Amino acid sequence: MEHKHQEHAALADTFNANEPRVNWHDETLWWVRQKRDRMAWSLPEWEELREAASRIKHNVLGNLHDYLLEFEKNAVANGAVVHWAADAAEHNKIVLQLLQEQGVKRMVKSKSMLTEECHLNPYLAEHGIEVVDTDLGERIVQLAKEPPSHIVLPCIHKKKEEIGELFHEHLGTPAGNADPKFLTAAARQHLRKEFIQSRVAITGVNFAVAETGEMVVCTNEGNADMGAHLADVHIACMGLEKIIPQRKHLGVFLRLLARSATGQPITTYSSHFRKPKAGQQLHIVLVDNGRSRQLGREDFRNSLKCIRCGACMNTCPVYRRSGGHSYHNAIAGPIGSILAPNLDMKEYADLPFASTLCGSCSNVCPVKIDIHQQLYKWRQVITKEGYTGKTKAAGMHAMNIVLSKPGLYKTAGGVGRWVMRTFPAVVNNGMNPWYKQREMPAPPKDSFADWYKKNRK
Amino acid sequence: MKVGLFIPCYIDQFYPQVGIATLSLLEKLGCEVVYPQGQTCCGQPMANSGFEHLTSGCNTLFVDHFQDFDYIVGPSGSCVLHIKDHLHVHGREDKATHIRQRIYELSEFLTDVLKVEHLQARFPHRVGIHQSCHGQRGLGISQMSELVAAPFSKPQQLLKMVEGLELVELKRTDECCGFGGTFCVFEEAVSVKMGKDRIADHVNNGAEYITGNDVSCLMHLEGILKRQQSNVKVLHIAEILNASIN
Amino acid sequence: MSREAILAAIKNNQPAYQELPDLSGFSHAGAGDPAAFKKVVESLGGQVFEIASFTEIQPLVAEHYTDLSKVVAIEDAYLPGAATGWQTGDGRQLEQVDLAIIPGQLGVAENGAIWVTEKEMEVRVLPFITQHLALVISKDAILPTMHDAYARIGGPENGFGAFIAGPSKTADIEQSLVLGAHGAKSLTVFIIG
Repeated sequence: MEHKHQEHAALADTFNANEPRVNWHDETLWWVRQKRDRMAWSLPEWEELREAASRIKHNVLGNLHDYLLEFEKNAVANGAVVHWAADAAEHNKIVLQLLQEQGVKRMVKSKSMLTEECHLNPYLAEHGIEVVDTDLGERIVQLAKEPPSHIVLPCIHKKKEEIGELFHEHLGTPAGNADPKFLTAAARQHLRKEFIQSRVAITGVNFAVAETGEMVVCTNEGNADMGAHLADVHIACMGLEKIIPQRKHLGVFLRLLARSATGQPITTYSSHFRKPKAGQQLHIVLVDNGRSRQLGREDFRNSLKCIRCGACMNTCPVYRRSGGHSYHNAIAGPIGSILAPNLDMKEYADLPFASTLCGSCSNVCPVKIDIHQQLYKWRQVITKEGYTGKTKAAGMHAMNIVLSKPGLYKTAGGVGRWVMRTFPAVVNNGMNPWYKQREMPAPPKDSFADWYKKNRK
Repeated sequence: MKVGLFIPCYIDQFYPQVGIATLSLLEKLGCEVVYPQGQTCCGQPMANSGFEHLTSGCNTLFVDHFQDFDYIVGPSGSCVLHIKDHLHVHGREDKATHIRQRIYELSEFLTDVLKVEHLQARFPHRVGIHQSCHGQRGLGISQMSELVAAPFSKPQQLLKMVEGLELVELKRTDECCGFGGTFCVFEEAVSVKMGKDRIADHVNNGAEYITGNDVSCLMHLEGILKRQQSNVKVLHIAEILNASIN
Repeated sequence: MSREAILAAIKNNQPAYQELPDLSGFSHAGAGDPAAFKKVVESLGGQVFEIASFTEIQPLVAEHYTDLSKVVAIEDAYLPGAATGWQTGDGRQLEQVDLAIIPGQLGVAENGAIWVTEKEMEVRVLPFITQHLALVISKDAILPTMHDAYARIGGPENGFGAFIAGPSKTADIEQSLVLGAHGAKSLTVFIIG
């Protein structure tokens, strides 16, 4: 397969070259999963809340057209300007134009996975505008010239010593100081200057309420608020699926979001932006970028319920041991693997296969997305569209022929226990990957069928 | 009660003793068991690899062999789940539906249908349970650590009837072992790392044996244990439950 | 225009309408538990004082803070002698504020969040830009859960409002919890009544 990136398996293999680091990554994220469990168990009504959230989102999907119009009408009445972007390119163009109107060359942005998905930062850089990411984790990966590896914990793959070095290089902190408290204080000082100087602020959106035209942005750091309240122009970028019907529904989602994400009862700040402050412009960019297409895919539309909590990543045993960058997509992990093929089926054909289908992701999902079932279904679609490797396809066809004919199966099994032959055959690799770190079971003299014949009939 | 014995392909080929233990356990518990000869595979290896459209041959064979039984029982949660979720045959949908509704993984068949309350089994060892995901999260044979719900475990319920057996507590009760069908070869690095981590949890908690309801997971774990030259052994739950019933 | 094309695609692709769930089972008739509220705020890194009158604020502030050169209080009664005229400007005039004391409308016992709107904070950036934040809420304004909070808040009256739960924090560096990321480094809650 021709890919712009190496496939997940290859990137994961590289990640696994350093086993102690894999252990550290796994343990760190497992700890977050455990915090999530404790928070879930603190609410006896947890499963009912998940069900309610899922049903609210289902209502949204079935009425999205009208909710969007309602949101737009109310947002405009509140004094906001609403823009519509069909895809990433249009989104980026709209933002650029707003920035050019203001004549700014540098501005602050709080966390927005949508702008990552649209690759806004490099686009603006090409046009001479520097974006300063203000979420601490995002600022760290930005300084390291890397993409975030996790949607909630962007630099979870980095060790504090590496961050200390980055800060030493870029912010002038003393070499060798890797104390998280000290580094956070240094970032606070550095970014306060940026907030004070910035005339434009971009934020993401966690929830947009149709009934009121307001947007809710959740952060722990307070960076979205520092940026948006100090700027003359606030640009809020959101995917179309962020809409929820009414204010009271925030009660359900705000109870689930932080508990699922980081195991906190709620984020420090849940800010409700309705009207621009006096003298300020508020722009809202509504972005489709494949969402309306995904809405039409019956098997996959539930992925649009996602509230970006990242719980599926923290619980995923594959994610924890392959790292976010192995997914080569703005959104990693299980949810990323069902969102990405909608954006580019060929480029992300490997991702639905980067799973054991264990189902833990679906169980932690606060909006009950059937993630592992969608992974299974994407595999079928991707194969039918011809994006599975030729060797694998040939192996599968051979397997089918053997397994469909009991006589052939018996012969194949008798000759050398067909699994031994079939598994290596489906992988284009000189060495059978099973053997690399595992033994095969010793083939018994008789199969069960042979035994049965002798002993029962 | 006529029970059709479903022995998945890799058990047939590599672990016949698991098939034998399953058969004799069911027979000792009073079931009339028939092993339909000519059965091959549930089709899951192909379906999970994205080739579900190639499984019609397997599906037809499966319906041919198992349509006439009161119950179909197999010692593999994963294969049973695949049949439950995906068995369809054009023109014979009533038969396929019958099978989907009457197929059971061994331990849930023992607890839910036979309602076994006592076993004359003895296995004086420290045993860790590997909760295979498809049995646990797919078939629901035990409570899952992600959900806020009352705990239960059908395999554990059965193992507690075995004299002398001591269950070890694990740090992570139900993490996937990384087998995952063809995942184990296509994603070799992660698959093996997951398996090693599962094994370490059992070993650190003093398990002498790792048992479970899926031979596929156990085969993967056994492969790693053997490479590590470990003394820890794997056994399918049927082998333990059948250990010394008289 | 993209707007029409997007809306048309959505209309064409959206699934059948499904009713919204009934949320009434999640609400509570009674008040929230102040002790539970206090416990959560403390677990988030905040401190809580139960007071009988505003006059207790000043000595508590004197006892628990050092180096306060600029203090902003929304109500004069909170802290006589606090800064005046601070509302004028685009928000940047607040860069040097050490402590801001702001009334909150209500508190939520399940998560320690306090609802503060533009009406109370007067300048939107105030609770975020101040080095330290103190919020004052009345004891009978503590409600059990977020559902109850939104029921009490009702429709929007202001251009901006926020739930604030604890001091600003981050755990982005190796999951080590650090208070004081970009917003207030500490949070004190005065519960009156």
